[in-house]
Amino acid sequence: MTAEFWIIQAFNGLSYGALLFLLASGLSLIFGVMRIVNLAHGSYFMLGGYVGLSVVWRTESFPAAVLAGAVAVGLIGMGMERLFLRRLPGQTLGQVLMTIGFALIFQDLALLIWGGDPYTIPVPGALQGSVVAGTYSFPSYRIFIVVVAVAVGALLWLALDRTRAGARIRAAVDDREMAQGVGINVPVISLAVFALGACLAALGGVIGGAFLGVYPGADFEVLPYAFVVVIVGGLGSLPGAMVGSLLVGLLDNFGKALFPELSYFTLFAPMALILALKPTGLFGRA
Amino acid sequence: MRRPLVPAAVAAAVLAAVAPALPSYPLTLLTQALIVAVLAMSLDVLLGYTGLPSLGHAAYFGVAAYAVAILATDYQAGFAACLAAGVAAAAAFAAVFGLVAIRAAGTYFLMITLALGMVVWGLAFRWVSLTKGDNGISGVPRPELPLPWSLWAPLPFFYFSLAAALLAWILLGLLVRSPFGLTLKGIRESESRMRILGYNVWLHKYLAFVISGTVAGFAGVLWAYYNGFVSPVDVQLVTSVETLLMVALGGPGTLVGPAIGAAVIVFLKNFVSVYTKRWLLILGAVYIGVILFAPRGVVGALRRRGR
Repeated sequence: MTAEFWIIQAFNGLSYGALLFLLASGLSLIFGVMRIVNLAHGSYFMLGGYVGLSVVWRTESFPAAVLAGAVAVGLIGMGMERLFLRRLPGQTLGQVLMTIGFALIFQDLALLIWGGDPYTIPVPGALQGSVVAGTYSFPSYRIFIVVVAVAVGALLWLALDRTRAGARIRAAVDDREMAQGVGINVPVISLAVFALGACLAALGGVIGGAFLGVYPGADFEVLPYAFVVVIVGGLGSLPGAMVGSLLVGLLDNFGKALFPELSYFTLFAPMALILALKPTGLFGRA
Repeated sequence: MRRPLVPAAVAAAVLAAVAPALPSYPLTLLTQALIVAVLAMSLDVLLGYTGLPSLGHAAYFGVAAYAVAILATDYQAGFAACLAAGVAAAAAFAAVFGLVAIRAAGTYFLMITLALGMVVWGLAFRWVSLTKGDNGISGVPRPELPLPWSLWAPLPFFYFSLAAALLAWILLGLLVRSPFGLTLKGIRESESRMRILGYNVWLHKYLAFVISGTVAGFAGVLWAYYNGFVSPVDVQLVTSVETLLMVALGGPGTLVGPAIGAAVIVFLKNFVSVYTKRWLLILGAVYIGVILFAPRGVVGALRRRGR
């Protein structure tokens, strides 16, 4: 175990955590406002990746892929919320089964449209290669992921904490009925937050598609990671999603590197420990 | 137990009577439905009677199936040893996972059980030296019992599964109608009220969790013998939610309902996959349809009509 091992693994964990943040922040926000556990959230990640892939094939433009993936999946999310999930307020089991139903449909449609082969979204030229710092070299693309996640995190924080719309969202998170009572249009906020969450997951899917790949089953593979992040961080909390992502990214990377056969346990044991001490997660409220 | 006892006994008798006349494919499907029904009924104890929606129930089913597969292939263990080890492994996992999961309520419970289920999937998938990873463990022999018929043939194995499913149904039926089961229902209706009445809510929920996982393990043992093959598919998330769908489709809190739900899904799955590869698409639509049009499940809808 050299210093190099620790630094490289920590960096990899950081960049994976950054990707997880894109995925989990949306899940957490959606839960915060609507109390919906969205099991189709991993599907947004996968669909974002596939849409991005198709756009890259046609236009060879990475930014266009990101944009198209986020917009397309955002619209899908809006449709799901507006047409289906809104009919099931407060029915946890119903929401779970419905979102799982959508997840299965998306999985099969993706298989029908894009086939079963794994693909990788090509990394744009400017982000290929690596940055050398002293004796270490870090892939530029992973640095890019961290930058994107930090930017998204900062924007989300500014939007939630410093704007009128953000104050409305926070009010809806705190107490849906009271927010409605003081004249906040909670249904519109729900729709907007759902779309935003789907967009963020798709953004993660396109960006992640360049280093994790785009393949069938990616949806259910990332979903538990997003869940562990929000369980550890606390549902509905942005700082929770940040800390949780970082923690899970690092744990997963070191777990895979140090105990490859038991890597899921290295993720699960700390989660169990945190839950034992604080059942609502680090930043969550009951 | 009085009301469903008669129709269920009739159904079991009819099944047993027509089984010899059936061709082997439908008979195999019936066997599969019986085994999956045990899994669905075990989840019903948690979901229907205690009000705890577990999203990781395939874990206990799968742990037991893996235990049987490993013991029966690598160590040539007999039926009694495999059954005991499989059920014990499931109970042990449920006992440990329950400690974590029962601390949480509502949505958190759902998400934690999902994450715990994925832990087991991760082990099945990655612990290659034990589980053979994605390839799974094949060649699990059918049990050798001191019976005049070999369980390798479909018909005797069907009767074997029927007996096992009936046993599970009777035991679970006795459980949910016992004072313990009534307490579980009380917890489902109002946890705070039960706590004020002096019941140890945590302990009841925990025991329900462990019992449910143990019975799921029993189903897993049967499954390993039925299929002769165990792979990460048996413990994946889709298996867990399919079980949840069976319970929801049949009607939570009825035991018979989830068993019917299991049969419906097993037959639907196999018939649909004969005609199309788009089984998941149809299953997804079934999920959404059930929630929109039959939120209380088939048995729930029938009962409401009967009143």
